[in-house]
Amino acid sequence: MDPLMLDGNAIAGLLQEVFAVEMTTAIGTCNTCGAADRVGALRVFRGAGIVMRCPHCDNALVTIVEDGPRVWIGFAGIRTLQVTI
Amino acid sequence: MTWRVAEVVKVVPETPRVKTIAFDVPGWPGHRAGQHVDVRLTAEDGYQAQRSYSIASVPDGTRVDLTIERLQDGEVSPYLTDELRPGDRIELRGPVGGWFVWEPAQGGPLLLVAGGSGVVPLMAMIRARTAAGSNADTRLLFSSRSWEDVIYRDELERLRGDGLTVVHTLTRSQPSGWTGYARRVDAEMLAEVGPSPTELPRVYVCGPTPYVEAVAEALVQLGHEPHRVKTERFGPTGG
Repeated sequence: MDPLMLDGNAIAGLLQEVFAVEMTTAIGTCNTCGAADRVGALRVFRGAGIVMRCPHCDNALVTIVEDGPRVWIGFAGIRTLQVTI
Repeated sequence: MTWRVAEVVKVVPETPRVKTIAFDVPGWPGHRAGQHVDVRLTAEDGYQAQRSYSIASVPDGTRVDLTIERLQDGEVSPYLTDELRPGDRIELRGPVGGWFVWEPAQGGPLLLVAGGSGVVPLMAMIRARTAAGSNADTRLLFSSRSWEDVIYRDELERLRGDGLTVVHTLTRSQPSGWTGYARRVDAEMLAEVGPSPTELPRVYVCGPTPYVEAVAEALVQLGHEPHRVKTERFGPTGG
C-alpha cells in the first residue's frame, strides 16, 4: 500500500475545471481488465504529475500534468469515459 | 467553476490541533454533505498554494464551515488554523465532488467510519441527517488518538440517540475508567458496531490513507460489497 495514494475525489476540482461537469460520478472503463468504476473510486497518485490507476489491475488510466494555465491529459489506459452532461 | 472570495466569520477551536473556520461566501450555490472545496492562498510575490478541504456544515445560505487539522510542517494548514481572524479573506471554489456524498433522502442504514479529521465530511452527513429530521439508522465508528483529540466531541454526545449510534476508539491514550475500544479499527470492531453486510448499509470511510486502506479491506473481508463502500483518503498531502 502506498501511503501517498488518494481517491479520485481528491482531484474533483481539477477535473471539474477541465471537463466543466462533475466528474467523480463519471464512469471510466479500464482497457486492460475491463472494470468500470466511478472516477471518485479510482486511485490517484500525485508526484510531478497525477496518475489515475485502476483499483482492480493497477493499470495507469489517465495521466495529468499541470503547468500554470495549461494542462496535459493522457488517456493511456481508458477504454471509455461515460459522462452525464 | 470560479474562485470566490470567502470572508472569515468565526474561528472555533475543536481540539488542540483542529479548528473550525466559518466563512461567508457571497454567491455560494449550496452544497451536499460530503462535498469539499479547493482553497487557494496567494502570497505577495504571487506564489500560490492550493488544498482540498471537506465542508463540515450543512447548506445554510452563504455560510461554509471548514474544519482543519494543523499539520506539522504543513504549508497551508498552519496558516489557516493559526493566522486567520474574522474579517480575513481567502479564495475558494466549489463545491466539488458528487461521489462521496450522502443525502437524507437516500436513507440508511449508514455506517460511517472516521479516522481523526476524516470525521469532517461524515459530520456533515450527520448534521444533514439531523437537519432533515431523519431517523435513519446511522452508526459512526470514530478513531481518535485520545479523548482530547476527539473532534466534535460534545456535539456528537448531544446528537446521539434517535437512530444515531456513536462509538469511539482511542488508540494512543484513554481517560481513566475508559471502557470503550482502545485499539485500531479492525474487522471484529466493525462487525460489533454493525450494521451487518446483509442489511446493505451505505458505508463511508474517511481518514489518512493507511487507515482507510485497513478499514476498507476489513469491510470487504466481512462481506460488504466493494461498490457500497465509498472511501476518501486524504493522505499526507503536505497540508
